[in-house]
Amino acid sequence: MSEYRLEMRNVVKTFPGVKALDHAQLRLRPGTVHALMGENGAGKSTLMKCMFGIYHMDEGEIFYEGQPVHIKDPLDALHHGIAMVHQELQPITERSIGENIYVGRYPLKQIGPVKIIDHKKMYEDAARVLEEVHMNFDPRAKLGSLSVSQMQLVEIAKAVSADCKVLILDEPTSSLTAGEVEALFTIVEELKSKGVAIVYISHKMDEILRISDEVTIMRDGQYIGTWAAKELTTDMIITKMVGRELVDLYPKRKNVPGEEVLQIEDFTSINPKSFRNVTFSVRKGEILGVAGLVGAQRTELMEGLFGLRCHSKGTITYKGEELKINRPADAIKKGIAMLTEDRRATGILGVLSIADNVSISSLNQYLIGGIMLDDKKIEQLVQDNVAKLSIKTPSSKTLIQSLSGGNQQKVLISRWLANNPDIFILDEPTRGIDVGAKYEIYCIIEELARQGKSIIMISSEMGELIGMSDRIMVMCDGRVTGFIDGDKANQENIMELATQFEAV
Amino acid sequence: MAKEAKQLNAARVKQFLSNYAIIILIALLALAVGFTRDNFFSRSNLVNLIINVSPRFIIACGVSGCLITKGTDLSAGRMVGLSACLSAMLLQDVAYSGRMLPWLPDVPVFVGLIAVLVICGIFGAINGCVIAFLKVPPFIATLGMQTIVYGLCSVITKNQPMGGYKDSYTKVANGYLLEGAVGKIIPYLAIIALIIGLFMWFLYNKTRHGKYMYAIGGNESAAQVAGVNVPATLIRIYLLAAVLYALGGFLLGAKAGGASVQTGYGYELEAIAACTIGGVSTNGGVGKISGVLVGVLVFEILKICLQFLRVDPAYTFIAQGLVIIVAVALDLRKYLAKK
Repeated sequence: MSEYRLEMRNVVKTFPGVKALDHAQLRLRPGTVHALMGENGAGKSTLMKCMFGIYHMDEGEIFYEGQPVHIKDPLDALHHGIAMVHQELQPITERSIGENIYVGRYPLKQIGPVKIIDHKKMYEDAARVLEEVHMNFDPRAKLGSLSVSQMQLVEIAKAVSADCKVLILDEPTSSLTAGEVEALFTIVEELKSKGVAIVYISHKMDEILRISDEVTIMRDGQYIGTWAAKELTTDMIITKMVGRELVDLYPKRKNVPGEEVLQIEDFTSINPKSFRNVTFSVRKGEILGVAGLVGAQRTELMEGLFGLRCHSKGTITYKGEELKINRPADAIKKGIAMLTEDRRATGILGVLSIADNVSISSLNQYLIGGIMLDDKKIEQLVQDNVAKLSIKTPSSKTLIQSLSGGNQQKVLISRWLANNPDIFILDEPTRGIDVGAKYEIYCIIEELARQGKSIIMISSEMGELIGMSDRIMVMCDGRVTGFIDGDKANQENIMELATQFEAV
Repeated sequence: MAKEAKQLNAARVKQFLSNYAIIILIALLALAVGFTRDNFFSRSNLVNLIINVSPRFIIACGVSGCLITKGTDLSAGRMVGLSACLSAMLLQDVAYSGRMLPWLPDVPVFVGLIAVLVICGIFGAINGCVIAFLKVPPFIATLGMQTIVYGLCSVITKNQPMGGYKDSYTKVANGYLLEGAVGKIIPYLAIIALIIGLFMWFLYNKTRHGKYMYAIGGNESAAQVAGVNVPATLIRIYLLAAVLYALGGFLLGAKAGGASVQTGYGYELEAIAACTIGGVSTNGGVGKISGVLVGVLVFEILKICLQFLRVDPAYTFIAQGLVIIVAVALDLRKYLAKK
């Protein structure tokens, strides 16, 4: 018997243009909680996806109970007793809770020559599993009837029901309320006592120090080290994660907020579960942070302002003029730009060149005779931006998908700069970007603000919000629950506002 | 170091072979046929190839826009048929006894052409609107349109084949530039196809419309966020496609000297196949007009080879179908995420 339940050695995984894992390793002891820490983009989720068979490693080995194993897909991982609760939920909202728990491994019964799904057994089992994790939902109810945090708990129930030996929890508490977090910890303790090895990924230091036995820290895809949790303090963890002193995580802000330029009043979605009665304003040269838990409808609100979603009432006033925004082109015309949250899905035009990606929103500016595009002018624009934002690329013809996340983000910022907008909506601008590039993005944001642009920045990283914002707007469940000045903001007062759910 | 370089080269060769597998295979087939059969490498065969390629290239240019935006147009073939039939009805010789529309005065060829372009353009615009506003998947929308157009064509032609065209109409397809001293060299068809090719190249590479089209194909949601008017662009694409089918049908009718409801049957699949062989990705966002031309050429050469080998036409269909599937499979291999 090996000392470790599961061991990953020298794992290398390369994506086009970025080395996501560079000889990473992890050793899990049975009956312990092992925290896996690192900045966004450090490779934690990638490592876990390798363990769970979603990605195939380029190099490296996995040992289970001392035996080398090859995990080819998630089903294979489940057969090895590895279960994973993903950071991003993958719910099938139109099906029942029970079906969601047992999807892909439905209990079967034999009827004559054919096997059919045994619904009765499935729902009985589901009810038992839900009870085991202290949730009393009806397993026959549609998953879509639950809130986001309840869905997350169902995901955890699903992992528990697999009777796993290794459980991966990837940021399980990001959308949970304080009470739900306690319930989760109770479950984790129970699983631990049954000998399950638990990988716990989280950014919340207090949680890590409270619940974990061992901590492995990663940075830029590399293994930094493993320590007993007792030996560590918050500061030590951060220093090891960032690899340098915390002081220069964010640039010094020299922007000076001026007069109010944008007023949003009573802005309400057509979807009653989404944003409602939102009122706020942004000043010239101000960085307004937007905080909230997953499901707080921050993205939806911003997409509403940008014309990607419909609103039922409310006004947008920009420099005294009321704007009618029904589609993004309207917003762009009025000088609003938006970097969306999911760069791959709604940002980059992957198979197109950097030149095309930079110029697509401002093509009207480069016409000869109103029809023909001036390739020289476009090339000039691209070269200017490549130099100004120090985008690292072999040429302007390079496909954007081969760049790293940080450089892709800079290309997208260039796209908007070409239109010279006054208001930038940035939705998670540093998600999936490595530490060094993050700092560069912060500098760009700060400089834009210094030039008098108004910045609205959604972020789920507390440090980023506190470090970068002049003011922070906090949302909870579709409503704005309060504003905090940047210099008075801290984790506690933000979380307090972010969890002000309406009494049902 | 040297070993690495070698590996890199080997990988490149392998990639090249996989990317151009079909083109290489068919080129080899053509060489084999050419050296074993008489008259394959002859001027008449070349001219024959050019005449066959020209209208198909124009039709494939139309389909390429739909494919680049991750759509498709299954109504292409039937639209070609409708155009050929309408042209026939409008441009029959006034002296011909079996005229479809005996009351019609003599219509100049140019007016007839404009009329069919406009009528088919309207159907194309409807395709575009259904796809852009009603969000019906292009496959279904154009499948429906295919059937509608076929039915409509049957109604107006009463299912009768038509012929007896005026000379000025057939001359469009059967005339040659530089006819005489040097023989028949450059068919008018080739010149028309060339003009269309140049126009499409300009449109795809040098205009906003082209850039928007590639952007939508690359990532429709991202294009929308970037301010691209997605519905308008899609409508323009399907409208232009239908106009090109109309031109193709007009020329095919002139070339054949007759038309019926069956004219253009199956052309949509040939066009889609040709585009895919030529590197227009069904995954969207990728494709060049030069590639479309290569694709059409290769597909026509395959057909001619099979003819020279005296393969039963029934088997020809099997071969063409296989080529289509293999072409798309090879294309998608390039884009499958390497997990």
